[in-house]
Amino acid sequence: MLIVLVKSAILLLVVLTTFAYAMLFERKIMGWMQLRPGPNRVGPWGLLQPAADAAKLILKEDLTPKTADPLIYRLAPFISLLTAFAVYAIVPFGANGDGSPWAIGDVNAGILFLMAISSIGVYGISLGGWASGSKFPLLGAVRGTAQMISYELSMSLSFVGVLMLAGTTSLTGIVNAQERVWFFIPQALGFIIYVITAVAETNRTPFDLVEAETELVGGFHTEYSGLRFGSFFIAEYVNMLTVSCIASLLFLGGWNAPFGLTMIPGILWFVLKVGAFMFFYMWLRATLPRFRYDRLMTFGWKVLLPIATLNLVATAAWVALH
Amino acid sequence: MIPFWIIAAVLIVSALWTVTARKPIYSVVSLLLNFAALATTYLILHAEFLAVMQIIVYSGAILMLFVFVIALLNSGIAAVVLGRDRVPVAPAAAAALAAVAFVATAIAAAHAPAIAPIATHSPLGAVGRGNVFGSIGDFGQALFLSRLLPFEITALILMVAVVGVVLLAGDLTPYVPTRRRAEQTRRALREAILREGK
Repeated sequence: MLIVLVKSAILLLVVLTTFAYAMLFERKIMGWMQLRPGPNRVGPWGLLQPAADAAKLILKEDLTPKTADPLIYRLAPFISLLTAFAVYAIVPFGANGDGSPWAIGDVNAGILFLMAISSIGVYGISLGGWASGSKFPLLGAVRGTAQMISYELSMSLSFVGVLMLAGTTSLTGIVNAQERVWFFIPQALGFIIYVITAVAETNRTPFDLVEAETELVGGFHTEYSGLRFGSFFIAEYVNMLTVSCIASLLFLGGWNAPFGLTMIPGILWFVLKVGAFMFFYMWLRATLPRFRYDRLMTFGWKVLLPIATLNLVATAAWVALH
Repeated sequence: MIPFWIIAAVLIVSALWTVTARKPIYSVVSLLLNFAALATTYLILHAEFLAVMQIIVYSGAILMLFVFVIALLNSGIAAVVLGRDRVPVAPAAAAALAAVAFVATAIAAAHAPAIAPIATHSPLGAVGRGNVFGSIGDFGQALFLSRLLPFEITALILMVAVVGVVLLAGDLTPYVPTRRRAEQTRRALREAILREGK
């Protein structure tokens, strides 16, 4: 019991620090890509910027609109934050020599647990947007909910291909099954589908219709301020980190070393893969414009879903024949 | 046993809140809590797969639709006008019936002979290769081997329901074979609707 608590506390600290610096690096990278320096005033090279941001958010006034539903309005950020962190109870980061994973809990139905928790995460956005009692958040929330439900389908289908190849739903088992060949090679189509749906699931550019500034002010969090806004913000970045971890575990071999480079410890490979995926995210944001809403839905239902289904059928046939 | 009692209390309180809440959105939130507590009871019973499915299907999909409807209809803003001092007849009768059924089940369960140990039997029959009650393997064996026919029939019924909904509530344009004529029909229909509006 005590060990689990200590592990959780350490993991919480690691995830929060990663969030803080992921945010800083995103601003830096976007700055460089747009030929400007990015934040560089607070601390050397701008490294203390996250602390300054946190202090600012904590000291801001916490506003609740008159039209808001007080209970749900306060509850929604917590749902977002809770579901974002709950996932880390089962994400393994590496393995000991005897094969036992570095994780708080090693759940058999690991990948299903992940899907269950992320399916609850939608409530933060939809309830928060609804409870604000104002039109922009409501529009953002309805859009976000529809988008997340639509893309979740294709995402789950891309998982199933991996599950069939690995023959297990345990995340550790899936990583162990990739010792020889990483699943993004046999499941190339599944990997592409996963990358697209992952960006859509976390509501990031080019799928950030939920908070489209040009049309919806701030989308579902327009009315939120101070730490409540901060909770949504943290949840978004932690979710980004989560989908990067899943991409690394399911498709990029987790902590397995490529080309037999086993002198570098597995945890470093894992961090490297997650970092590369996070960088890809930021790259996308600096490069691509936003989708139009109807095109987003058409793409999700009429392109992604059929391709994901085809991929599933092909994988099933291949597994059955071998 | 203590976790069970805590969860049971949460279950009952959240269920009561669901039916007594005066705003539909509060009912949704308490139902969400109820589903989470129910999933936890499944976990206590070692039915991991069932717990996860409870969350994915009910909380993630079905309850989400409720939120959607409430958000779109905006009916959640105003509390339902029922009158506090009046007990509605039909729900009261249903509640009484449910209470009788619950007590009967409890008595029957108390008098039933003890079932075989969990490791060899499940309510779905003898366990298969998955060999753990409630595991994915066990679930799959039951679903695709011993209970395949009911499963497929359910799928067919749901399919019919989906097709029916699309037919009843879907696109109003009549079916036309070519794309060009479909566009013409759609335009004619739109103009007809606009004329009606004036």
